[in-house]
Amino acid sequence: MVDVPHTVKAFDDELAALQTKILRMGGIAEANVAAAVQSVIRRDRQLADRTIVADQRIDAFDGEIADLVTRMLALRQPMAQDLRMIVGALRLANDLERIGDYAKNIAKRSIAIGVSAPQQPMHAIPRMGDMVLTMIKDVLDALANRDPERARSVWARDPALDELYNSVFRELLTYMMEDPRTITACAHMLFIAKNLERIGDHATNMAETIHFAIVGARIDGERPKADVTAEMSAPGKDA
Amino acid sequence: MVTTDQAQPKPVVMPLDGPVKIAARGVNLWYGAKQALFDVDLDVGANQVTALIGPSGCGKSTFLRCINRMNDTIPTARVVGDIRLDGEDIYSPAVDVVHLRARVGMVFQKPNPFPKSIYDNVAYGPRIHGLAESKSHLDDIVRFSLERAGLWKEVADRLPQPGTGLSGGQQQRLCIARAIAVSPEVILMDEPCSALDPIATARIEELIDDLRDNFTIAIVTHSMQQAARVSQRTAFFHLGILVEAGPTEQIFTSPLDQRTQDYVTGRFG
Repeated sequence: MVDVPHTVKAFDDELAALQTKILRMGGIAEANVAAAVQSVIRRDRQLADRTIVADQRIDAFDGEIADLVTRMLALRQPMAQDLRMIVGALRLANDLERIGDYAKNIAKRSIAIGVSAPQQPMHAIPRMGDMVLTMIKDVLDALANRDPERARSVWARDPALDELYNSVFRELLTYMMEDPRTITACAHMLFIAKNLERIGDHATNMAETIHFAIVGARIDGERPKADVTAEMSAPGKDA
Repeated sequence: MVTTDQAQPKPVVMPLDGPVKIAARGVNLWYGAKQALFDVDLDVGANQVTALIGPSGCGKSTFLRCINRMNDTIPTARVVGDIRLDGEDIYSPAVDVVHLRARVGMVFQKPNPFPKSIYDNVAYGPRIHGLAESKSHLDDIVRFSLERAGLWKEVADRLPQPGTGLSGGQQQRLCIARAIAVSPEVILMDEPCSALDPIATARIEELIDDLRDNFTIAIVTHSMQQAARVSQRTAFFHLGILVEAGPTEQIFTSPLDQRTQDYVTGRFG
């Protein structure tokens, strides 16, 4: 796409500033997810505390982006690709804000788990964390490089994350049935896994928003979904 | 990045989803040796507002003026191509231009009331076309036209006063009433709000929306927001070429041609 500058240069500056804000907000959200997952893996309370505090910066960016978008809509009357990008920015900020909240929740739960015994599915949480982090990184790169194909690739990865979440769900059910003393910690672990799965959903939303902003068309096809835990009963009963 | 000497991509024209009122095919126009329109193919839908947009000198007003043969008044202008109103060739020698212009009325950029009373401004067309059977019939036409143009309440008690004494926005609505008075099928508007303040502009836009129930409207505007607000279909002209035509919403959210995109986003023009 040839990016011809606007006749009104200040508009170009504002569009650039908007993108920079989204990317910086995204960078902090990505770092917070990474730190939250690490605080679970390493039982690192200090890291968890820092992650919880850092969420305020994400919320601040959300407010700044909303202000800038409102201002641009009022003053510039954007059209076509600009309109899609500006409205998209509002949605991206919203998704990143939710991602930040999930990271914060994971950090809080890592503190709660810290007082109980280590749990088994520790191998799956880092794997989910890695998948989610790559999705966030790639979706931000898709925005920075105006690359709709990369956005689509993030979108296509969501089912794999959902499947991983399904297996964590089954595994944790098994532990809790075997030893009820693990229920508290396992319940936290389940929420942590669910939070990571939700973060993946928001990264997928972002991929759709970015694809639409760049191309002007939605990603073709039904959104792939593989989270089936809503229909799952206890293992052993129906297997 | 846009030059005329390159081979131009084909215009992107989305099909009309209703009856066609005006069908233009292969319209070329020269002012002397200078070509102002190149092979324009465009349909104007019945009872719709079609907005013609594009930078200055793109041919949008020239095209609009082809529809009621206003370009005939320019000695150097030469039109080649086919324009049909309800299937009838308007450039056929059999067509009476005065009758055509009664069917296809026009409202101009600057309000241009005649130096006559408000009443006579509106009554002028019906009188010369012999549309009124009696004085009371003429009164009805004047009242009805002023009501349609949203001006009746403001001028009902001062019909004998000169039309030129009205405010700019009122004068423009008077011109619209004058156009309506001869019961046209199509109303062409050439930047009807460019000399008006925002409130008067909003009134005219509201009026345009009401008028489309009974008339087919084609409007040239420099305000893209106005095109987006009043029209159902938008055609983008550039350098005498029709670049893209389609549903207004699409033109302003996801245009298909890069030049349309650059223009509507304020990147040139």
